[in-house]
Amino acid sequence: MDESLLRALTPTVIGVLGRRGADFAAAEDAVQDALVEAVRVWPDDPPRDPTGWLVTVAWRKFLDAARADTSRKHREVRLEVEPTPGPAEVVDDTLQLYFLCAHPSLTPASAAALTLRAVGGLTTRQIAQAYLVPEATMAQRISRAKRTVSGIRFDQRGDVATVLRVLYLVFNEGYSGDVDLAAEAIRLTRQLAARTSHEEVAGLLALMLLHHARRPARTGADGRLVPLAEQDRSLWNTHLIAEGVDILQAALARDRLGEYQAQAAIAALHADARTAAETDWVQIVEWYDELVRLTGNPVARLNRVVAVGEADGPRAGLAALAGLDPALPRHAAVAAYLHERDGDPVTAARLYAEAARSAPSVPERDHLTRQAARLNAKLRR
Amino acid sequence: MAKYLLLKHYRGAPASVNDVPMDQWTPEEVSAHVQYMRDFAARLEDTGEFVDTQALSPEGTFVRYDGEGRPPVTDGPFAETKDVIAGWMVIDVETYERALELAGELSAAPGAGGKPIHEWLEVRPFLGAHSTCVTE
Repeated sequence: MDESLLRALTPTVIGVLGRRGADFAAAEDAVQDALVEAVRVWPDDPPRDPTGWLVTVAWRKFLDAARADTSRKHREVRLEVEPTPGPAEVVDDTLQLYFLCAHPSLTPASAAALTLRAVGGLTTRQIAQAYLVPEATMAQRISRAKRTVSGIRFDQRGDVATVLRVLYLVFNEGYSGDVDLAAEAIRLTRQLAARTSHEEVAGLLALMLLHHARRPARTGADGRLVPLAEQDRSLWNTHLIAEGVDILQAALARDRLGEYQAQAAIAALHADARTAAETDWVQIVEWYDELVRLTGNPVARLNRVVAVGEADGPRAGLAALAGLDPALPRHAAVAAYLHERDGDPVTAARLYAEAARSAPSVPERDHLTRQAARLNAKLRR
Repeated sequence: MAKYLLLKHYRGAPASVNDVPMDQWTPEEVSAHVQYMRDFAARLEDTGEFVDTQALSPEGTFVRYDGEGRPPVTDGPFAETKDVIAGWMVIDVETYERALELAGELSAAPGAGGKPIHEWLEVRPFLGAHSTCVTE
């Protein structure tokens, strides 16, 4: 039973039903039913044309549901006309499905769940496990999202920036259960990149590949965070890095810079350094300047401060930090790091402890507490 | 089996015996503490007694309905004794005694100097038909 094949076929089948007149919610339900039947039937009786099989079964499920629903009588008449038999049409609707699932009327979290389900072909259970919520809760979230986009036509051109944000969000969710959301986001972004030549799609794909390549080195065996400078670079996945760099270079060559390409360029410069000391911080600062110019994002400004501290020394970093809002997430952690490098462990220890109290995750909190403890232990000696 | 909530407090509970703020420990002591908590949860997963654990951020806010419009939001009505919950673990165990035993074990997590913290943990049974807690 090839589950990845099923997942890859899902968007196509939803697309065919949509083009035949089914609305999105009904098409999606019918395809999920067909997938369940495929899992049951295919091991004993594999179809010669998997797409055609799924379209036929999903269409039958859809008609059954439409007939059972008396309130849809009027639509039933229109849909009763059976389509001509034969292989499924080869029009690819997946791109439209991406845009529909990232519709601006959905919250980013709903958009992410819907994309995983409709484009990714994941089951509700898998998505629920990945987000650590009960399956019933996720089922509700998805059906509410489907209601929100019901009646919206497939063929409207959406905003690619929204689609990319949703995929980025999925990537950042990490992994748990039997679905690795980072890997899933990469799979989906690859599919999207195969269907559009948009340079920011390539930029996002490169960014994901470059970050994913470093994941094995990012946490120790005991689950603790390993900062970039201390990572064992032999654990980085060189194939993913090479692929990410190639994709990025092709995108940059088109000379239409966007924020994902800029972020990927920074990730590529880190990936390129054989040791932390060889990192080209001057170029990284230049890319952060571009990123800040493109987005005005305060988090990008804070990251730029770190790069300035490495390129021009901690004093320059602290001067750049002075212009930023102290309420920014991780502001105290950055300040602590720069003060330590500037030779002020007392202030640094205090700021690390403060940063630990407002850390957004347990591994980060433990890491920052350890930093404070390290400096305090040294000061006591 | 009955579920119990083990509550860990930042403030509000009496001070622990080995009461040294975590940033004053050595990094090795911090790691040992984190590892102890991790091992504890892993062991309860093996015995089938683990349900869930979560850490909470120290910032808490009190909200109440105060008529139409926006509800009042305050830092807390009990400024002097404000209780802050650091996190919880939910366990599902055979007996109340077992819940106490596990809470005691969790409270023995190592702290400064590698010695147990002896912190106070609150054990609260879940309400339910099969609760085996001592209620008399």
